[in-house]
Amino acid sequence: MKKKKRDAAALSSELIRRPIRRWFPVFLLPTLVCFCIGFIWPFAQGIYLSFCTFNTPKDATWTGISNYVKAFRDAGFVHAFKNTALFAIVSIVLINVLAFAIAYALTQKMRGSSLFRTIFFMPNLIGGVVLGYIWSMIFDAILKHYSTYLTANATYGFWGLVILVAWQQIGYMMIIYIAGLQAVPEDMLEAAKIDGASKSQTLFRVVIPNVMPSITICMFLTLTNSFKLFDQNLALTGGAPSVIMNGAKVNMTELLALNIYSTYNINKNWHGAAQAKAVVFFILVASLAIAQLTATRQKEVQQ
Amino acid sequence: MKKALALILALVMCLSLSAAAFADDAGSVYYLNFKPEADQAWQDLAAKYTEETGVEVKVVTAASGTYSDTLTAEMAKTEAPTIFNIGNKSGITDWGDYALDLTDTSIYAERVNDDYVLFDDAGAPKALGYCYESFGIIVNTALLEQAGHSLDEITDFASLKAVADDIHARADELGFDAFSAPGLDGSSSWRFSGHLANIPLYYQYKDAGLTVGALPAEITSDYLDNYRNIWDLYITDTAADPTSLSTSTGDESEAEFGEGKAVFYQNGDWEFSRLTGKFGMDPETLAMIPIYCGVDGESEAGLNCGTENCWAINAKADEADIQASIDFLTWVVTSEEGTAMLAEQFSGIPFKAAKASANVFGADAAEYANAGKYTMFWAFNDTPNVDAWRATVVTALTAYSADPSDANWEQVVSAFVDGWAIEYANVNG
Repeated sequence: MKKKKRDAAALSSELIRRPIRRWFPVFLLPTLVCFCIGFIWPFAQGIYLSFCTFNTPKDATWTGISNYVKAFRDAGFVHAFKNTALFAIVSIVLINVLAFAIAYALTQKMRGSSLFRTIFFMPNLIGGVVLGYIWSMIFDAILKHYSTYLTANATYGFWGLVILVAWQQIGYMMIIYIAGLQAVPEDMLEAAKIDGASKSQTLFRVVIPNVMPSITICMFLTLTNSFKLFDQNLALTGGAPSVIMNGAKVNMTELLALNIYSTYNINKNWHGAAQAKAVVFFILVASLAIAQLTATRQKEVQQ
Repeated sequence: MKKALALILALVMCLSLSAAAFADDAGSVYYLNFKPEADQAWQDLAAKYTEETGVEVKVVTAASGTYSDTLTAEMAKTEAPTIFNIGNKSGITDWGDYALDLTDTSIYAERVNDDYVLFDDAGAPKALGYCYESFGIIVNTALLEQAGHSLDEITDFASLKAVADDIHARADELGFDAFSAPGLDGSSSWRFSGHLANIPLYYQYKDAGLTVGALPAEITSDYLDNYRNIWDLYITDTAADPTSLSTSTGDESEAEFGEGKAVFYQNGDWEFSRLTGKFGMDPETLAMIPIYCGVDGESEAGLNCGTENCWAINAKADEADIQASIDFLTWVVTSEEGTAMLAEQFSGIPFKAAKASANVFGADAAEYANAGKYTMFWAFNDTPNVDAWRATVVTALTAYSADPSDANWEQVVSAFVDGWAIEYANVNG
């Protein structure tokens, strides 16, 4: 080990650092306590409960992995899983492409662009449940002209949810993209222009590699948002239509989070299974998010 | 070392937080109320009781449709509810462990009979019904007369259909229609997937000699043709467009009836205060008739009476709190203030000291029963995984209403019969 050089600057910084090093628990404590109470403890208890049968968390009895077996045998869960995967793919592509396109358009020099930015951002300020109810009315009013209704089949419900979520989230992602686009160095764009790059070459070879950090963030946000989607799903269709398929009950437009919720509400025999589903859900979302973060990070460029 | 210190500090803080939770010795009452519409009345009554006796009574009301979630969450707390609601026999399966055996309590001695008591499998009374409700078809008799008909005409399905068809045919001229909208939005669909579904269930139970709480594993398609009869009538003789029922709400339907745009409205006696209060209807012009659907001998039918409102006392609460809860409930059903409040809020009150209710629908129910007509008990209280079962029925019923074909009706039958078996297996699996 290299011996520390004790010059004046190092000494004074040591004087500042020492009390911090000694007393940091005091400053950290409130946050730590909150984190333990609000996250670590419920999380640990949640994992424990997924191996139990219970009515309230107080009277849990250990039953091993039977809850997990029950969860995976549930046709509704498997269906919700497929639904969620499809929904995530569609909404990630749609939201990011549209948000980027709008951001790109609004960073060009045009009149009223800040007004448009505000307007596009506004849907994001409305809560999911409210949006769900409003959109269900809009869709039903439109579908009425064709003598049908939103919950008539799974396709309407699915695309309805895609439209709703896109409408809500595009504005937010757009803001992130705008920030990214504005950070693209002027001189680089100018150099591209002088070198005779076409508009599309500039976009794909210069702009997009430079906004890669924003793309990473937006992809991450849309991915986790679509997996965790709950309020909009509940308020728009609530999982309807609910049909009998191959001798089992399936809510056709139910996504994972809503499925977990409705499983819990069947009765006390299902509390454990719902908890098991929630644990599976967590592992899934966490691993997907980590995988996706690592993948897109590699494409980022140093400016 | 530093980590250990942080951990210790965290622990100290947690302990000091939880220490604050232990305090009182004199019993207190925590009533988790099931009926949102009666919330204010309970709050006022609780305040009066506290003023009189000094015993603290906390009343919390779960938001509409979230009772079971709220109950589960509250029961897990240190300060759990001491009085809570159990709706039916399945509720006893779920919460029986938490419910005190009421046999030797003073509140149990105040009941009129065992009709509205929920027993567990061992025969111990675990929950006590404090009101019973009736539902059927609410009639605006003033409009009925205006259309040239009278209540006496309606004695079975055929006569109900004749009157309704006639009114519907002349709707433009009369300015009102026969039935208010049979909305299938979540705020209204329970009237049909729950209450109306009781008709085929009741007759099945009757044939099989079953009573509420039998919890059969399977049901048959018997009487579903009758269900179809009445449903066809609802969606035909109405101003509502049958293809848009999925978004038609309960409030719309209620307003349609309340504002005199419809003669018939299927709902229960709990509507009385809204119809006479909010809509200012004259109680004299209101009546409730049985839901006729073409079953043999249905002229002898009365209303559908039952309850989902049963008090249970938390057996896991402190001894003092249990006693305080029993005392409070006994006071509610015997004191001047308590009985007055019950009579005002509910129609049928199965306690010895009950006051007569002003609710004309409750009176109608009693009149049918006194005239020797059979009361249809609430067989639908036995529905397994009730929300999910109903959701499937509503899905099928909505599709059928938009396109009333036999193929679509098959889906309704399947939702009833197959759905029941699936949910029964689910609940017991």
